[in-house]
Amino acid sequence: MLRNLTDLIVYTLMGLQPGTHLSDALNFFIYDTIKIFILLLVIIFLVAIIRSYFPPERTRRILSRKKQYVGNGLAGLLGIVTPFCSCSAVPLFIGFVESGVPLGVTFSFLISSPMINEVALVLLLGLFGWKIALLYIGTGLLVSIIAGIAIGKLRMERYVQDYVYQLKAGNAEIAHQDFKEKIGYARDYTKDLLKRIWPYVLAGVGVGGFIHGYVPSDFLLKYAGPGNPFAVPVAVLIGVPLYGNAAGTIPIVQALMGKGMPIGTVLAFMMAVTALSFPEAVILKNVLKMRLLFIFFGIVAAAIIGVGYLFNLIL
Amino acid sequence: MKIEVLGMGCSNCNRVYQNVLEAVKLSGNDVEVTKVEDIKIIMGYGVMSTPALVIDGVVKTTGKVPKVEEIKGWIK
Repeated sequence: MLRNLTDLIVYTLMGLQPGTHLSDALNFFIYDTIKIFILLLVIIFLVAIIRSYFPPERTRRILSRKKQYVGNGLAGLLGIVTPFCSCSAVPLFIGFVESGVPLGVTFSFLISSPMINEVALVLLLGLFGWKIALLYIGTGLLVSIIAGIAIGKLRMERYVQDYVYQLKAGNAEIAHQDFKEKIGYARDYTKDLLKRIWPYVLAGVGVGGFIHGYVPSDFLLKYAGPGNPFAVPVAVLIGVPLYGNAAGTIPIVQALMGKGMPIGTVLAFMMAVTALSFPEAVILKNVLKMRLLFIFFGIVAAAIIGVGYLFNLIL
Repeated sequence: MKIEVLGMGCSNCNRVYQNVLEAVKLSGNDVEVTKVEDIKIIMGYGVMSTPALVIDGVVKTTGKVPKVEEIKGWIK
């Protein structure tokens, strides 16, 4: 139905000939833009409702009762439905540690929360298909769980800033929302988020449209050879200090894929940008001593590089 | 009346601060507004997701940017 609508707009209303570069690109652009915005609207709204059932206070309570491995897995999963504002990293970290959530589990949450979110998933789903979207979730979870377990095993508790363990965290009385309020919250959140990311979405689809229409179909074959073995670490090292939200990376991901960069490398880059950033390091410095900060970044970067290579190999 | 905006300096936290100032101006009341960036105080309130809004020592919202109208409704 959307296909017919798009064809109607491009070929009938605008009078373009099917099969030309311009009409192909435009067709793709209009079709995908509409499709993706509809998906975004629905999924952001749904996830916001789910999220209203998992405020950080509840997540903290759930995680404080779990042991290591189960806890890491749960933390990774809960990170998916929790939005991440860099500045919340510190209160969140302290809150978790204070109520007895193991350090490694806290880190699993800290990694998966900014990396995996519904916006990234919808965009990946809409632009690259569900296989890639699932891949991203799967590997993102893997990275957050493995890195969290590794940090936990290294017994890095003494490298958390001392005052964190001395703080007595209060217990905020958070008003409970009834279902109507949840809907209101979800609606406002969806509106605000869409208002913020729509330029990036258009850019992402735009780049894709350009590639579809103007880049010859064997372009990928020409450049998709074995390529540079250092591509993955380089991509990750570039991505780590960069600060960006998932929506913003999509145009770049599109461009890189279009130029024939292997998928593992591209996903690794996307993860590196979203999971870690220089501003986040500065903020975390408030609660982590230098050594732990470096180890945190190092382990996550290593895990992402590993995942990048793995998927280049099996795909 | 005293309003505290808890946050460590990201754009959302500034937005809340601006909304509070706007709401106070519209209400015409005499309200003390402060921005709190000290993590010890923030944790003392048990807040885990900033930005957070505290009115006369009571946490009103956390983790979101309340609208000017909403804030104005709380000002007496």
